[in-house]
Amino acid sequence: MTSSYDAAELKNASDRIRYGIIKNSSMNHVPHLGSCLSCTDILATLHLSVMSDDDIFLLSKGHAAPALYFVLAEKGIISKKEMEDYGSDGSLFGEHPPAHGIKGIHAATGSLGHGLPILCGMALAAKIKDDSRRFYTLLGDGECNEGSIWEAVMFASAKKLSNVTAIIDFNKWQATDRSREIMPLEPFADKFRSFGWETAEIDGHDHTQIFKALAPADREKPLVIIAHTVKGKGVSFMEDDNNWHYRTPSKDEVAAAAKELGAANA
Amino acid sequence: MRDAFVKELEKLAETNDKLVLLSGDIGNRMFDRFKAAHPERFYNCGIAEANMASVAAGLALEGFIPVIYTIAPFATTRCLEQIKIDLCYHNLHVIIAGTGAGLSYAPLGPTHHSAEDIAILRVMPNMRVLCPCDATETRLALAAAVNSHGPAYLRLGKKGEPVIFPEPYSFAIGNPTPVIDGKDVCLLGIGNTVPQCLEAAKMLENEGISAAVYSYHTVKPQNEEFLKDIFSKFKKVCTVEEHFLAGGGGSSVAEWLADSGISGAKLIRCGIDDTFMKTTGSQSYAHGLFGLDSETIRKRILGGK
Repeated sequence: MTSSYDAAELKNASDRIRYGIIKNSSMNHVPHLGSCLSCTDILATLHLSVMSDDDIFLLSKGHAAPALYFVLAEKGIISKKEMEDYGSDGSLFGEHPPAHGIKGIHAATGSLGHGLPILCGMALAAKIKDDSRRFYTLLGDGECNEGSIWEAVMFASAKKLSNVTAIIDFNKWQATDRSREIMPLEPFADKFRSFGWETAEIDGHDHTQIFKALAPADREKPLVIIAHTVKGKGVSFMEDDNNWHYRTPSKDEVAAAAKELGAANA
Repeated sequence: MRDAFVKELEKLAETNDKLVLLSGDIGNRMFDRFKAAHPERFYNCGIAEANMASVAAGLALEGFIPVIYTIAPFATTRCLEQIKIDLCYHNLHVIIAGTGAGLSYAPLGPTHHSAEDIAILRVMPNMRVLCPCDATETRLALAAAVNSHGPAYLRLGKKGEPVIFPEPYSFAIGNPTPVIDGKDVCLLGIGNTVPQCLEAAKMLENEGISAAVYSYHTVKPQNEEFLKDIFSKFKKVCTVEEHFLAGGGGSSVAEWLADSGISGAKLIRCGIDDTFMKTTGSQSYAHGLFGLDSETIRKRILGGK
């Protein structure tokens, strides 16, 4: 393990990461801010305190790529220098994770419903090779509209992929409306349980709860963690406001966010 | 072709421990020997092709060479986005084997026909499109795809196709294989249409026209030297395929010809019109319906249209 942050450090790191995402969104007009902020605490805890260097993570909800980039930068896997051209012409850092060229990105995602199935293939490969790596992915609640997710949910359980952990960033919104108004997902955990998965439900902004739920344990089934989150979490005027799915912040809004996040320079 | 495919797969798996077979709940008992020999390298993925294609991508990212097997439409268009993004964009070494392609399963109706698969897959960067004409070529094409990197689509018929090549020969992806020599016109049989091409060539011979026949087994990557050669040597070149006229192997040749600047040579394309089969019937009935029978091929060449 390259590093392991405690709860207080994770809180600070998450604030730094949030500020980086917001500033970049404003500078380079990168959307999906709400989706990034809802999963920041999960991605930070997973990468900074849970995963070992050999473990694999795929961002199934690929539109939260900025959150992943800033987490990887916090971890030192990609350098701040590499991140400098993010959002500009010719940069490798796309609005969705690309297939090639970025360390820590194992597969291109962004078309929803691909990450979990690809992860299942990688986890199956580890079973064939009899290695003990763990395989993690983050899904959106809206993403669970995709049929391929449920094909993979059946597959993971059928092939006993106990090395798979799926985390659902359950922020209760998708692009254009409340997820419960479009395709109600509750009872969410029951759905996975009936498909043969182990389940856990947590507050997706509580670093201690996230850490405990993700801690490696001997299991016979794949594990899903339903993480209850708030879209736009961390900045009062962005929280639970779905306009921030597409909007990018003005300079003044970045300054206001910096203040709330305790960032040094606004 | 199906039996040849399985036999070759069994043979390759003996020496290549990276080979993993994924089936979409198809091929009842066909894979029994493979399963018995390599239980950890066979997975029935159920009737869930999108997941199967992505699982193949995951296995390939981890260094395995997965072979996906199901009926052609379900192996291709059913999970097209997974093929585009997960396999082609990542340029992964995955082989998609679609069985019953073209009109092989004519009596099953348009749900089970695949007459658009070549068109759709050949536009995907990195994808190779291989259309073997018989059992021998199926084995050779599969081995070639397993032994070279990148995604490949293996377009298979069913079983019991006429033997074109009794013995293995030196097959290379991208090198169309001569079946018979000729000097006036050239027939390019794409996949399982080579038998009709040979019949048509025989008829033409009786009328004093010497026709060469090739197994045009690789639609992509295209062999420019080969095309340059036949279009300068022959007065007429005719492509024959169980595929829609739009976008198929014939189209790919037409695109090349339009860009080549070569004039004087004539291209004739035999394929399926822009329509689904409205009546039901055998594969040879379907050939008659769409002008893929030897008599129509003969007439098209004589008429030049």
